[in-house]
Amino acid sequence: MLDLTPKEVAERKALRINPCKTCQPVGAMYCALGVHKCMPHSHGSQGCCSYHRTVLSRHFKEPAIASSSSFTEGASVFGGRSNINTSVKNVFDLYDPDIMAVHTTCLSETIGDDLTSYIMDMDLPEGKYVVHTNTPSYVGSHINGFYNMMMGFMSYLTKKTGTSNGKAAIFPGWVNPGDTRELKRIAELMKVPYIMFPDHSGVMDAPMTGKYEYYPKGGTTIPEIEALGDCDHVFGLGDIISVEPVEFMEKKYKVPGTLLPMPVGVAATDAFIMALREFSKTEIPYALEEERGQLVDLLLDCTQYSYQKKAAIFGDPDIIIGMTALALEMGMIPKYVITGTPKEEFTRKVKAMLEAYGVEDCIVKANADLFELHQWIKNEPVDVLIGSSYGKQIAKAEDIPFVRAGFPVLDRYGGPLMPTVGYRGAIRYVEKIINALMDRIDRDSADEDFDVVM
Amino acid sequence: MDERTKLLEKYSSRVYKNRKEHVIQLENITDQTITANTRAIPGSMTARGCCYAGCKGVVVGPLRDVLVITHGPIGCGFYSWGTRRNKAKAGEDGKNFIPYCFSTDMQESDIVFGGEKKLEKALDEAVEIFHPACIMICSTCPIGLIGDDVQAVAKRTEEKYGITTIGYSCEGYKGVSQSAGHHIANNGLMKYIVGTGDQKPKAKYSVNILGEYNIGGDGWEEERILKRIGYEVVSVFTGDGAYSTIRNSHLADLNLVMCHRSINYIAEMMKTKYGIDWLKVNFIGVGATCKSLRDMAKYFGDPELIARTEEVIQDELASIYDDMEYYKSKLKGKTAGIFVGGSRAHHYQLLLKDLGVETIIAGYEFAHRDDYEGRQVIPFIKEDADNKNIETITVSPDEKLYRERYTPEKLEELRQEIEIDTYDGMIPDMNPGHVVVDDYNYFETDELIKIMKPDIFFSGIKDKYTILKGGTASRQMHSYDYSGPYSGFRGAVLFAKDVTMSLYTNAWAYVTPPWKNTPMLTGTLTENA
Repeated sequence: MLDLTPKEVAERKALRINPCKTCQPVGAMYCALGVHKCMPHSHGSQGCCSYHRTVLSRHFKEPAIASSSSFTEGASVFGGRSNINTSVKNVFDLYDPDIMAVHTTCLSETIGDDLTSYIMDMDLPEGKYVVHTNTPSYVGSHINGFYNMMMGFMSYLTKKTGTSNGKAAIFPGWVNPGDTRELKRIAELMKVPYIMFPDHSGVMDAPMTGKYEYYPKGGTTIPEIEALGDCDHVFGLGDIISVEPVEFMEKKYKVPGTLLPMPVGVAATDAFIMALREFSKTEIPYALEEERGQLVDLLLDCTQYSYQKKAAIFGDPDIIIGMTALALEMGMIPKYVITGTPKEEFTRKVKAMLEAYGVEDCIVKANADLFELHQWIKNEPVDVLIGSSYGKQIAKAEDIPFVRAGFPVLDRYGGPLMPTVGYRGAIRYVEKIINALMDRIDRDSADEDFDVVM
Repeated sequence: MDERTKLLEKYSSRVYKNRKEHVIQLENITDQTITANTRAIPGSMTARGCCYAGCKGVVVGPLRDVLVITHGPIGCGFYSWGTRRNKAKAGEDGKNFIPYCFSTDMQESDIVFGGEKKLEKALDEAVEIFHPACIMICSTCPIGLIGDDVQAVAKRTEEKYGITTIGYSCEGYKGVSQSAGHHIANNGLMKYIVGTGDQKPKAKYSVNILGEYNIGGDGWEEERILKRIGYEVVSVFTGDGAYSTIRNSHLADLNLVMCHRSINYIAEMMKTKYGIDWLKVNFIGVGATCKSLRDMAKYFGDPELIARTEEVIQDELASIYDDMEYYKSKLKGKTAGIFVGGSRAHHYQLLLKDLGVETIIAGYEFAHRDDYEGRQVIPFIKEDADNKNIETITVSPDEKLYRERYTPEKLEELRQEIEIDTYDGMIPDMNPGHVVVDDYNYFETDELIKIMKPDIFFSGIKDKYTILKGGTASRQMHSYDYSGPYSGFRGAVLFAKDVTMSLYTNAWAYVTPPWKNTPMLTGTLTENA
């Protein structure tokens, strides 16, 4: 496996090998699927749309519907106005969503299609909406696409009436539906009335009923997006992915915001719950305190197997900051921490955490790829690898225990139904990481050292 | 009202006018026509991909010893990285690039100022790290628009390093589907690789397998059987294929064509240039595999080969007999729908038929009319602007290497029995009442399943969970759901097992909760009532 990867690291300036990111449009598509009765629409060649639907379906094991403007060579020369107009007509006729969320591609961006004016000129069916965002694939990563689409929805729909609705807006960032369910549960326990945007629960984890519907029950509704401007506060989770949407809420609608790390691990979950307490002026219910206690109990119980163990952690910035925090809480050394997304803020945040724990000699890098991560591991190995499915190649090549986290996880089932965030999410991941490490001890133990008791 | 009418009447008049030419319900098998290889309707949610997907993803991506670099923003390279299950093992040179993804990861400044320099630099870095024998550059949408000349970069790289380097202008917007990309890829392989080697096959009878992508290991099962009979497989286009073997492909005795759609251009060009005949084969299905093997033996006409073929067939059949009988008993009488690609929707019907399953709905994503109706319709296919933009290269007989095995008269005689240099298409293998759909979309897939209620539906990942959620068993025909091989004799058994599992899995019994069918008893019991 990956037999052609040499140990010697040669500097690369132009060649990307085994990326740790993908392009903006898939982020926009995923974001839009978290809106109720929404059809994401890809304005470009139909291949983009097929690829994005495919990777989303493979991660969630769910339908991921989206339509395409199906550009041909002619449209690429003369512009895609007629393609988007035809698309909008056909989508409302055939698939009857309440709203279409259009995102651009490198094709429509390069030719400079002006979607704002195209959409303004459209004759839409009564009560239907079309919104858009610009997602040039050659800028940033899928993470940018996700928050750009959020701001696309808000620019078109969100209003400020001047009357508060008494709610908190919660921007969960790029998480699984299992996470939004957990965040909502925590908000409810904290007696915080909220609008979750976007919300993939009930859409990308819809139950089997024997009857397929284009639009399952879940997703943030249009009235909810409209009402975001009347919220009293916005909590942006993921202090890379939610920066711009929170600023947007502050500047455009004067909704004060709090930016928080994705609540992965003890401290980040504590921060989220403390922030909710501040909002609702509610004492922390025993249910949450109990869960927290269970998590800390678990950390102490299993520290023998995690203490000073080295981890390589890769993936999207916010989940990786979270996983790094959890690894540190477990007493591990996050030896290599990378993201493919080009955000230097990521490096600063991870380095600050390492410093706070007094951990040295780690490599932290944004705009990195899995080829270089693999080369580093060849030079100085780690005990466990944490990240998306593409890590399995490195794990096999170097015979390292592997824990799947983040996006995309293409080769396992059930993950998107479960939380990574909150104390429960942390308990789940501590179990995963510890079991991966202990399975390795068992596998490698001589018969005389093979223990049944711990 | 027939099923086709029920489906089409849901369309607006505008869409109806277009789709009625692409959806047919078979009445008279011999003279029904279908419209294909035309633009998909924007917003219809077509299952189609793009030209890049056809070139990089389908044809050149599976070449194990070729460093394929995607020139463009990161997405396209990422999505086509290890997602098709085209298997490969390193050859003697130890090179297997299949687990890798190479991209120029273009940024905004590259789009504004041009990406040629970055591409050239990336190729320098790739050569330094990997020393490949061959490099292929696949262009994504923006490349053509900003005017990067990938052929010029390829030429410069080739001159600099002495490494065969091919630049493909396979931008996503070209043509109307993956099909354009297949054609572009075929042209490049033919122009720059086929015919450059001189290693002659050793066995008495040698073949190339064209249009076999080794999904789930299909090609390996085919090679196993062919080698047992005594054939030498010179090269495979392109599953577990290699630059190093395709160079010698012109020295084989016969070209076997599996996926006619994606590779018929090369088969035709090799016929013109080297005089090599091609035979349409299908190793999907027990009956189809036997027929293909017998056709091959008939082509060579050697009594010893014919006898050996029969011997192997009998032995293979005996080894799978019990399993096949068992699965037939589970599957007989079931109905299926299949929407996939440009050849599998035909091939798998024959395997399903072996198992007693009737395919009542079939459709292709990116086929042309000849894939449905047979090659005799090619002269009658109307060219449109979208297909005209795809280059057609012409080749002429090679002065040194052109050789004909048979006279035209002898070939004509053979053609009475076997599909030499031709393909009869999917429709002749179907029955009246069956529905055939070209460029199927999400709406039609969902509606046709509701209207025709097949027991199982084969499609791709984009449809799989939709179909399952609607209560119909479904399997992925692009990637085989982490299973396979499904070809040949052993593959047929595995396929039968997978289909049986999909239909009979215990969880189907729990779809409806008990409280939906059992009324709750309410009220109170009183004595002496």
